[in-house]
Amino acid sequence: MPSLKALRGRIASVKSTQKITSAMKMVAASKLRRAQAQAEAARPYAQRMERMLASLAAGVTVHPTSPKLLAGTGRSQIHLLIPVTGDRGLAGAFNASIGRLTRTIARRLESEGKTVKIYAVGRKGRDYLRREFPDNIVGDVSYVGRKSIGFADASAIAARVITMLDAGEFDVCTVVYNRFQSVISQVPTEMQLVPTPLPAAQESDGTGPRAFIDSEPDEEAVLARLLPQNLAVQIYRAQLESAAGFFGSQMTAMDNATRNAGDMIKRLTLNYNRARQANITRELIEIISGAEAV
Amino acid sequence: MPIDLEILGPEKLLLSRPVDMVVIPSAEGDMGVLPNHAPMIVLLRGGTIRLYQGETVTDRLFVSGGFAEVTTQRVTVLADEVIPVADLSVAEGERRVAAAQAEYEAAGKPGVPAEDALLDRILSAGAMLEAAKAN
Repeated sequence: MPSLKALRGRIASVKSTQKITSAMKMVAASKLRRAQAQAEAARPYAQRMERMLASLAAGVTVHPTSPKLLAGTGRSQIHLLIPVTGDRGLAGAFNASIGRLTRTIARRLESEGKTVKIYAVGRKGRDYLRREFPDNIVGDVSYVGRKSIGFADASAIAARVITMLDAGEFDVCTVVYNRFQSVISQVPTEMQLVPTPLPAAQESDGTGPRAFIDSEPDEEAVLARLLPQNLAVQIYRAQLESAAGFFGSQMTAMDNATRNAGDMIKRLTLNYNRARQANITRELIEIISGAEAV
Repeated sequence: MPIDLEILGPEKLLLSRPVDMVVIPSAEGDMGVLPNHAPMIVLLRGGTIRLYQGETVTDRLFVSGGFAEVTTQRVTVLADEVIPVADLSVAEGERRVAAAQAEYEAAGKPGVPAEDALLDRILSAGAMLEAAKAN
């Protein structure tokens, strides 16, 4: 049985931990709102871009001389994985689940005899994967200390990916990120970036056959510009969803931690009171039996 | 009859409203779009988008490049960057021209895969400088 003083100390320590976790939960909730708003604001551009890509794709056939972003390199030997994680911890299984999924994919590809390269986005994913695959990391980027990510950050990653593609450093590129399903549920997802999966052309909306769409200068030239931009947009989307998911996950984790701390305080307080009463009872017995003995 | 104009940046929707006519800086020359224009997808160069209400220009917006989708009732501009012409500064334009040129020099010989993109950046920065000076 720990002494009363030790119990008092533990109760105080758990209480201050609870204060911290409940404050972190509040902070995560407000950051989550901001991240969600940012993701919401970026959606129209991505939707319009997909629509344009779909209508261009309808008029283009993929052949080996198409832009590499569209046609790929014709092989699938070297895979580039881009895991997107947070820069901070204390967010439940958020970062670990991305690390785990990336590891599973990498192991599977390696067992098929493919080469795996990893470009880690986010500090936590980088740290984890550097331990697991020290030789496969080709680069990393993190945003420690930054308030929010911007499109320029995604563009920089996209530019890097394109440079690597042009240099023939990989054949297939896949991003692994937490898809934001709801505040309490983030789904680790893999999404292929290169070769670009073309969205299916939209169905005609009942106004007769699809109108012929002219392109200027020509379809190839527009595609040559649209594809890199689309790559950046996809990466941006993954980053934004991941950011929103991170705060959602952190909020849930901190909520659980606060509740657990509450339970622990209750249990410790009960133990403390029991010990206190036992002490009093013992002292009374000592006094009474002492008086009787006289 | 007005035509719906939407201008979007990668991070958010910037403008959405009906206009009588819009002139967009297509890669092959400025292009005026009126309602019932034939559907097109257009590559944009750096230049100024002009919004018309009747015969008068209501807004001038500089775009550094991007794409536009034209349908019979709608113009959607996906711009890389949008700055109202009134906010452009000559100094910033000059800085960008210098930066783009330096990057082009650094890239080395012509024929590198990114050459077109780099040339376009110089042209776009130049257009920005022009627009700023014309202010």
